[in-house]
Amino acid sequence: MNAELRQQLEAKAREIRKSIVRMTGAAGSGHPGGSLSAADIVTVLYFHELRLKPEEPDWDGRDRFVLSKGHAAPVLYAALAEKGYFPKEELLTLRKLGSRLQGHPDLKSLPGVEMSTGSLGQGLAVANGMALAGKLDNKDYRVYALLGDGECQEGMVWEAAMAAAHYRLDNLAAFVDHNGLQIDGPVTEVMSPEPLTDKWKAFGWHVLSIDGHDLKQILSAIEEAKKTKGRPTVIIAKTVKGKGVSFMEDQVGWHGVAPKPEQVTQALAELE
Amino acid sequence: MTKIATRDAYGKALVRLGEINKDVVVLDADLAGSTKTAKFRDKYPERFFNMGIAEQNLIGTAAGLALSGKIPFASTFAIFATGRAFEQIRNSVAYPNLNVKIAATHAGLTVGEDGASHQALEDIAVMRAVPNMTVIVPADGVETEQAVFAAAGHQGPVYLRLGRPGVPVIYGEDYRFEIGKANLLRPGKQVGLVAAGIMVSIALEAAEALQAEGIDAAVLNMSTIKPLDEEAVIQLAKTTGALVTAEEHNILGGLGSAVAEVVAEHCPVPVLRVGVEDVFGQSGTPGELLAEYGLTKEKIVEKAKEAIARKSL
Repeated sequence: MNAELRQQLEAKAREIRKSIVRMTGAAGSGHPGGSLSAADIVTVLYFHELRLKPEEPDWDGRDRFVLSKGHAAPVLYAALAEKGYFPKEELLTLRKLGSRLQGHPDLKSLPGVEMSTGSLGQGLAVANGMALAGKLDNKDYRVYALLGDGECQEGMVWEAAMAAAHYRLDNLAAFVDHNGLQIDGPVTEVMSPEPLTDKWKAFGWHVLSIDGHDLKQILSAIEEAKKTKGRPTVIIAKTVKGKGVSFMEDQVGWHGVAPKPEQVTQALAELE
Repeated sequence: MTKIATRDAYGKALVRLGEINKDVVVLDADLAGSTKTAKFRDKYPERFFNMGIAEQNLIGTAAGLALSGKIPFASTFAIFATGRAFEQIRNSVAYPNLNVKIAATHAGLTVGEDGASHQALEDIAVMRAVPNMTVIVPADGVETEQAVFAAAGHQGPVYLRLGRPGVPVIYGEDYRFEIGKANLLRPGKQVGLVAAGIMVSIALEAAEALQAEGIDAAVLNMSTIKPLDEEAVIQLAKTTGALVTAEEHNILGGLGSAVAEVVAEHCPVPVLRVGVEDVFGQSGTPGELLAEYGLTKEKIVEKAKEAIARKSL
């Protein structure tokens, strides 16, 4: 990863974080913590990796990204707006009546959204279906899913994990945004999904563990996933919930609470 | 009379459909022999996906396939499709309005000996409460085959409710099923019998029995429960002045409720419901169970007379 690319991606990640803060602030509700923790992963995917045509959202050959942790909608919306799928001003309509930016992603209303998500545990199975179709049609698109670590408490995640390995979906890679926190507290206290790495390994996946805020590591992990044949890859990305905003970082209270106007100002100043 | 199980007709139709439409894919959850998707599996193994005993994943994977241009038929027993995977159907199929066909077999009491745990008696109610969902309950093998093709041709989610045992073939090969259109099998002036699924042939028997007693009963096959053919219901209510519904389902929330809703809003006449009266089933042969829970010709006759008697009240 050269210095120029790093600077570009860092700048995009900053813009996405600022958008997350602005839109949740304007909405007065939403999920900033888990959006910020995933910002670097989403940045690398949308601004380096995914083969997309924003002017033709349904283009057949596009790579697919399924935000299984649908409550992190702000990070997806920020990336899509930054990518040109819709005007950035529209981000401020998040969660408002009539908005295309629903509280959780709605594929019918917003271009670029690959799947309506929000009920945890369902996205990976859908990604599997997309990957199976890709194999069936001999298409070379790749499918990515982003899950939360708390989400891994859902039984259906493991049904899908079993199936992806069974069908050798090497055109699929999943990220686990391992920020360690869920609504009621640390994931290890609420219902520990650990050892996460061993679980995914036992389910037949190629497992990579990275720092989910290190752009180079994210990029390398994606490259390794692409080279891995015969099985899907999961990238367990250690992240910090609320990353980039000092008062939100690693604070369980910032899962589903929007910043107040003065907090928005402070957060944006920090992100400059 | 020839009997064909609707699940057998489904299995047969899938193979024909798969031949002419290469986008059709089939998913099952370890019940391919019972749901009859095995026929498709054997013919088109590359387009068949066994998801194992994991119904939530069955539905989610079907959603992903639909998003990639496929027409997935997802099959398992009705209780597991609509029960275990209800929320996946609601959030991953119906809300995004995806082109997934949920073809569920072994619906109702006639699962038989497996007992109450396997007898879906609530599936119509829950499926019809979900926006974007089309609900079809074919009456015989001929209608099932046509419904499979109609479902494939319809853009959006479909719930196709199929049964385990053989049911009498009512229709000739010239019959044309259309989603949302009820079929008047027998005209009649004094009472209208509105039935779906296996109860259609039983309603026809009941109409014969009523005729023997000098009562002129119409029989309407309401094979699409959603969208309901409201015009046909209103027409029948107006011409007969009394309706009896018959379904292999809880009387709460199914065909009887759907018909009563329309009648209450547009043309109030007595509506009496024949069905399972809000209890769970049990083990037994299909015939024994239908008799035990009052899903019989005799019960329909009794309710028809009662409905006619209420007209003058």
